Amino acid sequence: MKYDDLKRVAASGGAAAALILSSALPVLAQEETPTLDTGDTAWMLTSTAIVLMMTIPGLALFYGGMVRKKNILSVMMQCFAACCLVTILWMVAGYSLAFTDGGAYNAYIGGLDKVLLAGIGKDTLSGTIPEMVFMTFQMTFAIITPVLIVGAIVDRMKFSAFLLFMGLWLIIVYAPVCHWVWGGGFLANDGVLDFAGGTVVHINAGIAGLVACLVLGRRKGYGTENMAPHNLTLSVIGASLLWVGWFGFNAGSAVGANGTAGMAMSVTQIATAAAALAWMFSEWLVHGKPSVLGIISGAVAGLVAITPASGFVDPKGALVIGVAAGVGCYICATGVKKALGYDDSLDVFGVHAVGGIIGAILTGVFAVEAIGGTAGLLEGNFAQVPIQVYGVLATTIWSAVGTFVILMVLWLIIGIRATQAQEVEGLDVALHGESIQ
Amino acid sequence: MKLITAIIKPFKLEEVRAALTDLGLAGMTVTEVKGYGRQKGHTEIYRGAEYAVNFLPKVKMEVVVPSAQVDKALEAIQGAAKTGQIGDGKIFVSPIEHTIRIRTGEADDNAL
Repeated sequence: MKYDDLKRVAASGGAAAALILSSALPVLAQEETPTLDTGDTAWMLTSTAIVLMMTIPGLALFYGGMVRKKNILSVMMQCFAACCLVTILWMVAGYSLAFTDGGAYNAYIGGLDKVLLAGIGKDTLSGTIPEMVFMTFQMTFAIITPVLIVGAIVDRMKFSAFLLFMGLWLIIVYAPVCHWVWGGGFLANDGVLDFAGGTVVHINAGIAGLVACLVLGRRKGYGTENMAPHNLTLSVIGASLLWVGWFGFNAGSAVGANGTAGMAMSVTQIATAAAALAWMFSEWLVHGKPSVLGIISGAVAGLVAITPASGFVDPKGALVIGVAAGVGCYICATGVKKALGYDDSLDVFGVHAVGGIIGAILTGVFAVEAIGGTAGLLEGNFAQVPIQVYGVLATTIWSAVGTFVILMVLWLIIGIRATQAQEVEGLDVALHGESIQ
Repeated sequence: MKLITAIIKPFKLEEVRAALTDLGLAGMTVTEVKGYGRQKGHTEIYRGAEYAVNFLPKVKMEVVVPSAQVDKALEAIQGAAKTGQIGDGKIFVSPIEHTIRIRTGEADDNAL
């Protein structure tokens, strides 16, 4: 019954959208070259700023609170330094590789036309906003994606190798995948739906995190020493900044101040709350106590899962996606990790890859034609879920192989792991010559 | 003169301080410490990883008192710090040879 109701509601929504679309088409056809829209531009300037806030200080605090006291500065340094490095690389080549036409190879990678941001002036537009705003907005995505990987490699990576890893990963892994989905590459052409980066950002970083923690090996003393988070207050502040910043991430991905942005914002809030509660109740049931780390982890899992879906689903879909992500990521970050024994220290795989995959696939289930223009499984489009799975697989394979090759090369040339003595002393003092009291 | 070292539950510190002040004893030194005795620790769980926390937070307070007042002081500390639950702590008493107040140069009982 419920399913039928859902279908009926969805179908009537679709018909309404078709009507609106058909009446709007002649207007669209009359439109000349796009002009700058100040409302859109204002929202995108705002979004860009708060997405940067997700990384510094959001992610830095979220991760920093979860490590041992002797390593917090090293984690924050990794986040901050990667932010700076990616900014420069994005300006030099990243943006061009992701967002220009790659000619014969356009399905896989963009071209070099906009290296050093060549040809983008004050009045150059991208849609209805200045291209410089779009470039900077995308830059903040390019920053947070590699920084997410930090959570898998904390406490034990050599800083020089880390910087090289971040830079190479941005160009070799992130830029192509970003181009595939948002720059006119093959995943976009094949119909993969990814509104704000479920595959580009989260599956990509989550898989890279898993590969990186396997190549790097476990932290010394993993499983025997106490590696409890040293200050979850910082993590709560970090998770909360991530949550707020995520409105820029998801609603900003509408690239305009419009109904799509509004819908993306509301489904983001709903899915996040649902996932936070789902993780909390799962943990309460299994371990007997609802934990602070649990509820904030659930919230991040929900944010991740709604990311690909945010411009395509309605609030009911968001609710289901949130619950699925909360429970699914809880199981993976606790049970599966323990059973398999890998040291994905802060659960980059368990939260970002698993949440991203859940979100990407459920986008194919809950997509509403009236919202994002594509119907999902519930509206009778059986083709979308397989297309979503295809997008997940393509990203997973590229990210896994690319990350593995980069790390092996670095390992052979300069080594990637801090010495045992440095690890025991703590990376703050050993690598950066600083500590907190 | 005796040095009284008491390991007590942190939330009992204020009551113990008040009880000693009522006796006219001025001054004490307090340190936040961790340790264990008969009270076992507890388990903490972070994303499914369980850690046994064996060292529990306690407060170590140190007071030097004139020998004549030791018994009263011990009584006051015990009375104020006691909950009757395991983990209430311990009191140690040891002799002090000599005391000097730095500002004035007063010595021993006059310096307390």
